[in-house]
Amino acid sequence: MAVIAPAIGIFLVLKRYSLIADTLSHVSLAGIALGLLLGINPILTALGAAVVASLGIERLRTSKKVYGESALALFLSGSLALAVVILSLTHNFNANLFSYLFGSIVTVTATDVWIILALAVIVIGMLGAFYKSLVYVAFDEEAAKVSGVPVRRVNTVLIVLAALTVALAIPIVGVLLIAALIVIPVVTALQLRKSFTVTLIYAEIFSISSVIAGILASFYFNLSTGGTIVLIMLAIFIVTLVLGKK
Amino acid sequence: MYKLDHTKNIIEVENVSFAYDGKNNVLEHMTLDIHQGDYIGFVGPNGAGKTTLLKVMLKLLIPQKGSVKLFGVDINNFNDWQKIGYVPQKAVNFDANFPANVFEVVMMGRYSNKNFFQKTTSTDVVAVKDALEKVGMWEYKNKLIGDLSGGQQQRIFIARALVNDPEVIFLDEPTTGVDQKTQDSFYALLQKLNKELGITLVLVSHDILRLTREVMHIACVDKTLTCHVSPDEYLRESKSLNVRGEDVKIITHHHHD
Repeated sequence: MAVIAPAIGIFLVLKRYSLIADTLSHVSLAGIALGLLLGINPILTALGAAVVASLGIERLRTSKKVYGESALALFLSGSLALAVVILSLTHNFNANLFSYLFGSIVTVTATDVWIILALAVIVIGMLGAFYKSLVYVAFDEEAAKVSGVPVRRVNTVLIVLAALTVALAIPIVGVLLIAALIVIPVVTALQLRKSFTVTLIYAEIFSISSVIAGILASFYFNLSTGGTIVLIMLAIFIVTLVLGKK
Repeated sequence: MYKLDHTKNIIEVENVSFAYDGKNNVLEHMTLDIHQGDYIGFVGPNGAGKTTLLKVMLKLLIPQKGSVKLFGVDINNFNDWQKIGYVPQKAVNFDANFPANVFEVVMMGRYSNKNFFQKTTSTDVVAVKDALEKVGMWEYKNKLIGDLSGGQQQRIFIARALVNDPEVIFLDEPTTGVDQKTQDSFYALLQKLNKELGITLVLVSHDILRLTREVMHIACVDKTLTCHVSPDEYLRESKSLNVRGEDVKIITHHHHD
């Protein structure tokens, strides 16, 4: 998961889509609430909600009836409202929900692990398959189109992969911090001003090391896993920002 | 260099009308042929539809009326996009902070040739090196695109357009914001591509006087085609109309070899 998030993130950040991760995580929250209400595995319902919403956002954006960021705002507030209403129906603001909000390794079940692994394989496979067109479209959508790259399909693939990644990261970092995992390592690596491949490798290194350090620290000091990971990432970001100024 | 057949039309635009909003036509009854080996410059006032015409020829915009043929094939069925290179107006499309080096940018041009799972082959690497050498930028291969000067970036985008050995290259306002000296070497490069490599060039530019010294044909675009002449004829007619500068309009004057 630490591997996938920045790999998706680099395309989202470069396409000025950073907030999509945030929106999709709120949508996932609605999915989780629905899962808790119906007694279905919340990861599955979160996944379904995120994928459906991602397609909806992309549709709204390309139809040009609504500005890109307005489409995000619609989904963000709408899904949060839905989540709150569903949760008020269940009268069930329990610890379980809390762990989905902020993430916790402890509550992850064996089924969850299998779902996450399967998703991870799918996302990595798709990323590998579309890597070159994703890079081209992120850099220059128009020229990519002229070269015969199926730009619309590539954009759809990217946003669905983002949805899968968000849903799969929820049990560990929680709904509220996923966007950080997807965005911060990439933004950090961008400060180094390297080529695309090297930037991606640095983002991966920052992400994996922060996640491992965060998990260890949260385990030994009994801290929130997601929060610890994100704070470590931010610390690395600040260091690169300061060093980069020289 | 392959044999050029100047009588062969590779781009045929017929009676095209286009409106961004579906109502106010930016192009109207536009008809224009471009032959193999041509070097044609589109001129016309701002908002006259030069860039729109270029985008219609590249299928970036779909006209409401009329037809476009590329290499004799209707554009809607055309699949040979490797034959076509495109150098977009860089100010619009380019993010100077994008993390890509020169080599990676030119390699992007090769992406379309691949099935998704194929890795970069040695053929691709040779093609990229070749293209960068043609524009004299191979030694910059590891530089970030954003760290180069405007003129150098433009050469890189030409290299990207060249990397599939195209038969025609479209350039949209390529010399905007580039100083005189850089422009000279840029136009010299275009002459080399056209004369030595036999690549057809289609160029949109504001700089009419400069164009008349470079191109084979001038096409005046103002919604429709208002002239299609050699640079000499263009200059003669604009003088006889006793107007100077940019907004020269010439009565429709079709001319073909």
